[in-house]
This record gives sequence, C-alpha cells and structure tokens, in this order.
Amino acid sequence: MREMTCLECPRGCQLMIDEGTLEVTGNSCPKGEAFARSEITNPMRVLTTTVVIRSRNEKMLPVRTQDPIPKSSMAAAMNYIKNVRVKAPVEVGDIIVSDLADTGVPLIATKRVSE
Amino acid sequence: MYDLIVVGGGPAGLAAANAAWQKGIKKILILERDRELGGILNQCIHNGFGVKTFGEALSGPEYAYRFEKMLEDTGVEVKTDTMVLDIDDDRTVEAVNPTDGFVRYPAKAVILAMGCRERTRGAISIPGTRPAGVFSAGTAQRYMNIDGFMVGKRVVILGSGDIGLIMARRLTLEGAKVLACVEIMPVSSGLRANIARCLDDFGIPLLLSHTVTEIRGDKRVSGVTVQKVDEHMQPIPGTEQLFDCDTLLLSVGLVPENELTKNADISLDPRTRGAYVYENRETEKEGVFACGNVLHVHDLVDFVSEEATFAGEAAADYILNGERPRDCYRVTTSGGVTYTVPQMIRKDSGMKLVNIYMRVNRRVRKGDIVIRAGETEIARYHKENLAPGEMINTALPSVLMQKAEGHDALEVALEETE
Amino acid sequence: MYDVVIIGCGVVGAAAAYELARYDLKVAVLEAENDVATGSSKANSAILHAGYDPRPGSLMAKLNVEGNRLAFEIAHRLNVPVERCGSLVVAFNEKDKEHLQELYRRGIENGVPDLSIISGEQARELEPNLDPGVKGALLAESAGIISPWDYTLAMAEVAVKNGVELFLNTRVTSIEKDEVFHIRSSKGKEFETRYVINAAGVNSDIVAEMVGEREFSVRPVGGEYFLLDKSEGSRVSRVIFQCPNELGKGVLVSRTVHGNLIVGPDAVNSVRNDKGVTAEGLNYVRRTALRSVPSIQFRDNIRNFAGIRANTEFDEFCIGESRSAKGFLNLAGIKSPGLTAAAAIGVYARELLDGMGLELRKKDEFDDTRPVIRFKELPDEEKNRLIKEDPAYGRVICRCETVTEAEIVAALHSVIPASSINGVKRRCSAGMGRCQGGFCSPRVLRIIARELGIDETEVLEEGEGSNVLYSRLKEV
Repeated sequence: MREMTCLECPRGCQLMIDEGTLEVTGNSCPKGEAFARSEITNPMRVLTTTVVIRSRNEKMLPVRTQDPIPKSSMAAAMNYIKNVRVKAPVEVGDIIVSDLADTGVPLIATKRVSE
Repeated sequence: MYDLIVVGGGPAGLAAANAAWQKGIKKILILERDRELGGILNQCIHNGFGVKTFGEALSGPEYAYRFEKMLEDTGVEVKTDTMVLDIDDDRTVEAVNPTDGFVRYPAKAVILAMGCRERTRGAISIPGTRPAGVFSAGTAQRYMNIDGFMVGKRVVILGSGDIGLIMARRLTLEGAKVLACVEIMPVSSGLRANIARCLDDFGIPLLLSHTVTEIRGDKRVSGVTVQKVDEHMQPIPGTEQLFDCDTLLLSVGLVPENELTKNADISLDPRTRGAYVYENRETEKEGVFACGNVLHVHDLVDFVSEEATFAGEAAADYILNGERPRDCYRVTTSGGVTYTVPQMIRKDSGMKLVNIYMRVNRRVRKGDIVIRAGETEIARYHKENLAPGEMINTALPSVLMQKAEGHDALEVALEETE
Repeated sequence: MYDVVIIGCGVVGAAAAYELARYDLKVAVLEAENDVATGSSKANSAILHAGYDPRPGSLMAKLNVEGNRLAFEIAHRLNVPVERCGSLVVAFNEKDKEHLQELYRRGIENGVPDLSIISGEQARELEPNLDPGVKGALLAESAGIISPWDYTLAMAEVAVKNGVELFLNTRVTSIEKDEVFHIRSSKGKEFETRYVINAAGVNSDIVAEMVGEREFSVRPVGGEYFLLDKSEGSRVSRVIFQCPNELGKGVLVSRTVHGNLIVGPDAVNSVRNDKGVTAEGLNYVRRTALRSVPSIQFRDNIRNFAGIRANTEFDEFCIGESRSAKGFLNLAGIKSPGLTAAAAIGVYARELLDGMGLELRKKDEFDDTRPVIRFKELPDEEKNRLIKEDPAYGRVICRCETVTEAEIVAALHSVIPASSINGVKRRCSAGMGRCQGGFCSPRVLRIIARELGIDETEVLEEGEGSNVLYSRLKEV
C-alpha cells in the first residue's frame, strides 16, 4: 500500500493505492483514481517557470507546460528553458516551445506581454 | 461622479467590478497602484488557480487574464499606477498618479479590495543580526518571477504557508538548494497538495514544531539556528541545529492591508483584521463594501472571486435600490470556529443564499458545522478533513433563517463526529 | 594639507563638521562605512534628554542641557523631524519617589528648565495608558524626540555644502605624526592634516591609540529595541522612563517622530560590532516596558534592532586633547546622552581647537539651510504643482509611508547621496513602515540601479558586501 496526496485539485484527498491490485481508496472523484495509478508508474507534473523576454516593460515571461510532463523530465526541461529567449508581443496561450525536452508537450505563455 | 469606485485591481477588485457591471452599473472606476491589473496573481506563476471557477488549473497570470478579458468587454474605467491615499466620509476617494496628479473622486459606493501584506521578521521578533538575505517569501517571489533574479543559493524557509511552499519548489527548480522548511506549529498551514508537490517531490524536509531562533551573518546571512519547540512553542535547549545558508525566506502569515479602512473610521474585527461586514460584504459605513484578502485572508483565489462577486452585486443593489434595513443577526462562534465572515446577517438580506466563510482552530477528520439560534438548529453541514489553513465555505439558504425569528444572534459551531 | 580631519561621521563627527564649516578651514571627514550615521547614531532611543541625569558640574551635564537647546534650533532650521514632547520618569514605590527627588535636584542644578514632580494621578491625566501602579513622576517638558540619522545627515549635508569634504568607505588604518598628521586609510589614500578630531564612536579608543598611549577604553554596551507599528504610536505622547532598580536601569517607551512606538533598551555588555538581538534581551525589554504601559500590543512590532553605546571606564565623556599627541582632539566615549549633547560637543570642539592654536576666521558666507520635500506633508495644490513639474511625484513607491519615486530619486542625488536600500530608507522613509519594504524594496532596488547606473545585482542593502540579490535568473 502507498499513501499520497492527490494533486488534481486544492481539496488534496489522501489516497491509498495497493501497488499490486492498483486499487485506489480515499479518492472523492475519478480523477483521484487516475492520479494515484499514474503516480506509482510515471508521476506527471505541470511545470511552471519563466523565460527571458525582450519587451519595454517586462523582463520575464511566465510559462507552463500545456499538460503534465513526466517528473523525470523536469531537470532537462528547466535546462532547455534557461536558453530560451522570446521577443514581445506575446499572447496568453502562445506556444513558446512546441515539444519541450522530448515530452511531446508544448510550453505555453501564461501572460500577455506587449512590445 | 462615479457610481462605484473599486480600490484595487487584483482578483477581488476585478471580480467585484465585473459583477457590478453585469448588474447594470455603468460608471465604474478601478484604481490600481501597480502598472498593471492582476495584483499579486502576476507573480504567482504556478498553476492551481481556478479549479472551482473555471474547472481548470490555471497559473496566476492566466486567472487574472480571464477576468481582465471579461472587463475588456465592459465600459469599466481603469486607472493603473494610481495610489489611493484616503477615503473621506462621503465616499470621496483621494488618489494620486503621475498623469492626473492628486485628484478627489466622489462615488456613490466604494469597494475595498486592497489585498493583504506579509508579516515580517519584526512581527515574530527573530533574534540575531540584521544582514541582507532575509526576505518575506512574496518579496522573493517578486524578485524571481517579475524582476528575474535569484535571491540566494542555499535557502531555509521559515513557515509552511503556501507562498513559502511554492517558493521552495521555485527556488529548487532554478538551481538553489532549499535546506529545510521550518514550521513552529505541529501542522503546516499550507495546502496538503502543496506540501506534496513542492516539498516531497524534491525531498525538502518539513521540520514541524521547529523554529528559527537565531539569524547569523554580518553583511549577508551566513546561517540560521533552528530549534525544536515544546507545546508552548518555546525553543527546547539542546536541540539547536545550525544551517549553513545565505538566505532566509519568511512565510509567516498574511495581514489584511486595512490602513485606508482604519483611516475611514471603519472598525476592524481583531480576529480577521478586516472590517466587520454584513452578509453582502457591506461594512458598517453605508455604501462601503469590502472583499477578498483585505476582508480576511483566503487560501484560494476562487473564493476571493466568489466573495468579490457578492460584494460587486451588493454594491450594485445599493446604488440602484438604496440601503437595506440594518436589522440583523450577529454571528457568534464556538467549538473551535475561529471567525466567520460575515459577522452580521441582515434579517431581510434579499439574498437567496448567504455564504458564510470560516476557519477552525484544529485539524478535524470528520465534523459538522452547525448553525443555531439559541437552542434551535438552523442548519448542519457535514465536512471532512478540516484544517486551520483551509477556509470553510457554507451557503445558508435564507429561508432557513425564519427559524431564527425572535433571536438576535446566530451561533456557528464545530462539532467533531469522529 | 587639511587644517582638520574628522574621523567618523556619526552625529558627533557631523556636529563638529557642521560647526567647523562656518570657518575658513580645509576640513575632511573620513567615514569607514558607505553612509553617515551607521553606528550608534543610527540605532538609539532617538531621545533629546532634558539633562537631569548627569552629575551636576560635569561636562556631560553642561553639554546635555546646551545640546538639547541647540538640537531643537538646528533641527527646526534644517528640516529634521523633531518634537518637544516632554518626558516622564515614573515611580512605582517610595524608593523610586526618592530617586525622582534626586533627579529633580540634579536637574535644577544642571539648569534644566520646566521641571516638576507630579503625582500618579496627574501623570495618568497626561498619559492615560500609564500603569495604575505609577505613584508619581518627574515631568521634564524640555525633553524631546528626533530622527537621529536625519539629524546627523542634515548637519553633514550642510557641512559638505559649505566646503567640507566627506570621504565615505574610508577606514583609517594608521596615523603617523611628525610636524603634521599623516592618516592612512583603507582606500590607500593618505590625508595630511594639522589637527585631528577623533569621533570614531565605539572605535574611538582604537583610533586614539594610533597616535599615543591608552587614555580610555571603550566598553561597548548593547541595547535592544522594539519598533512598533504606527497603530501603537499613540499609546503614549511623552517619553516614559523608569527609575533604575536592582534589576537594571529600566526601559523607556516613547513615540518616534515618525509616529511609531519605540520600546527599549536593555543594557548588556557587548562587543564592538555586535548588532544582534537576543530572545532574552527582547523578553526583558517587553516585560519591563509593560510595567510602565501595560497595554502595549507587541504583536504590532515591525522591527527589532540593537544599538551599541560607546561607554568607557569613566562616568564622563572623554573629550580633550590627547596627552601624547598635540593637535589630536578626542571626542570619545560619547555614550548617552550623546545624541542630545552632539551639537554642543561640536561647538565645544571648535572652542578647544581654538585653545589648541587653530586659527579660526569666520567665512563671509555660510549656507545654513537644507530644503527637503516630503510629498505627503504638502497641501493638495502644492502636490499637484510638483507632479506637473515632475510626474515622478505622482508615483507612490512606498505605500506604507507614502513616499514617491521623485523623493527616492532625490535621495540618490542629494548632497550626500544614498548608496543602498537602507540609505534610501534613512533619507526618505521608503521601506520604514509596517511592511518593512516587503512591497517597495524591489521597486526601490530598480530605481537605485537605474539612478546610480549599476547592475541590480550590485545594489546593497546596507554596507559593502550586503548585496540584496544573488544573480540574474537564466544566466547563460
């Protein structure tokens, strides 16, 4: 049995999963069940960080992965993002990196920055 | 003359202005001190905002953007880079900015949405020297996420509030070593999910019932002493550990920023450090409303938006229909409920549901929030996994309050069921 | 060749410079740190004492009473926040009441004006928040409160405006004497001078020993303080002292000129550069202060700090020409009431130099003014006029203290410009309020970098090496 906190919503249910049968308890919704299963095989997280932007007012552009990426890819992703340079203007949702660190997940802008 | 002036363009101010507009108020002005709208959300680049409101886990800037977009389709006027200096008795708002200068704006109604500030080193009197490298977590967050600087390389975080936890992860991702997150209480005040994804994910130890008892260093922090505390939160001699760090982050609580409120002679509830309000978030001063973190510190922005919507709608109602009779029930607390907002509920509120926000003083696995008038039970809500750090929200149907007739107080109590 | 070199730019060095600037002299002030008033002059009770404490007939008594008068005069002239609020020494028992009598007698002998002994009831009428156990009090109406760093800065600025040369970051490393003095400093620069004034505060014995035998030793005594939010500032209107007893000399409770409440200090033997506070010290201060004013809300504390008093083995200031080096004037061991006495010490130093052979001729012109713009104190029309002239007056950077961008810029280009976050704070109050710079310090830091033309990572919080930021993010 493994215990964990569900990260799907702020409620933070305490989940228990049987690593053999993959049976999940403690969840209040189906998302919790899926979360627990993924957590013991390939834990996934949304990565949020910033990239350097050239604009009149802003120095940093906040970004996130559009979907969760494997926890194991975090370091490679951060390393790649370090070298990314963006030029304003940027809209919320603009794709900054189309496939981040071979995860197949795009990195998107989360803020509108004018020139 | 404006119908409504909203002081503050963060999540509360944005939602309040939008709600008032939707209710038909047309002359609305938002005064925001920063260069842009969004308030503290702009530096909260992590995700998890809006699960309740939008069904998505947005980042702070995205959440603010959703509300800014809504406002773009309205005629709400916005002045950024504008500091409100005073609010007069007749709801005239004094403000200053570089283009208009010092101006007085009269308004029919005012909504206070100034947010909160962080408690500082002074508030908790940490012994030691005064070197550079001691930051409140939110200040460090701004330096990193807006200005683009690293604040340190080896970091200890005092306090396990959500901002501290979020910063532990942020600093680690950017290459700093977070040595420990130190919490004086036996439980963390942060969301459980944040402990998991910000500390556990990165193997950062959470030291409960510990505190920082000395800051060392002459020019820059060179280390901190951490000690275990007893049940009275007093450091236990002999448990000293020295952490070799260059930075100490403080995440030791938030305080509603009510200086304007106090200057306007609106009295504050010592428990929330925000104004006393009626069910519609109107303060004791007619036509002045308050919502969001200036009223009481929220744990989720979704609740801020919800509360601000009540306040915006109520301000619209006030502007269109005038003041409602102030005959009300006082709300009292017991059984470990530490406060409620509102503190007063009008007998004739005109609302179908009255949202009562509250916090409790301990962790409870299963319990009931019970609302009574004298011996009469008005309502009972079953709750699970209650914790001091997590706000509780109940929506009390106004029809049930008929049962309270003849009483002048409603008691909100916590009863443990397990 | 200088006529006079002053070592140290605390309040005493600044007062000496301010006095000598009126004369046709070539004067330099050497300061080890990157700003004026960084030692005891920065961290003290900020009180102008009436002068009933020092032993009658002592130099300290004379300089205290005279310094009190001068301080109000200078502060008013140079736009330094000051207020003659008066003080009370409170008595809790008969022994304390006897002590009040003794202080009263000393005060009269020292020439302290407006001194009276009042009953407990009268004291509570003046100060309703005093403890009901207060049985009587000594009222000294000539006591006051001042901004100690602004006072130091104001005198130093006027001195500089009138030709005195100030060298910051210039620590004296050795002094040699032949016909004149040769002062070597950490910057490698050498200063030649006919006369030296030693105003080096807690390090004044070290500096004195560079030219001669040991005549006094500084025995630093630390004092810890609370500074409470303005919401507590109206707890008292006067400075409230206690009588000394077997537990110590008591702590004071006072409003500050900025409207906060200051509580402290304790008195513990310390080392020269120790500016730390301790849990025991703070507990003592808290507990002891509550005896006088039981309603103080310590949860509204915004800052703790510790100051060092330059006590020596003597119950007197160590002022006079060095026995072993003619032309070397010690203004040393300036412990409490040194802040109050400072201006009188400055004048006295000039008189002593006169007696030591320094030729003094008054300058024809002396600019004894110091205009300061404090935006929040101005009438509306004036605010608008300023904003039209410079829109930066319309941008409030420090929200707790209502300090505008223009005032911060002015602090960075003033006669003695600020070079750090705390230097800005001391000059225009940005970051001094309840959030302690939580909101404004990132903005102030940007303005400092912009105005001084340095990188943000080079901006200091206080002295050299106190960089606020570590590095840029995502540096490639």
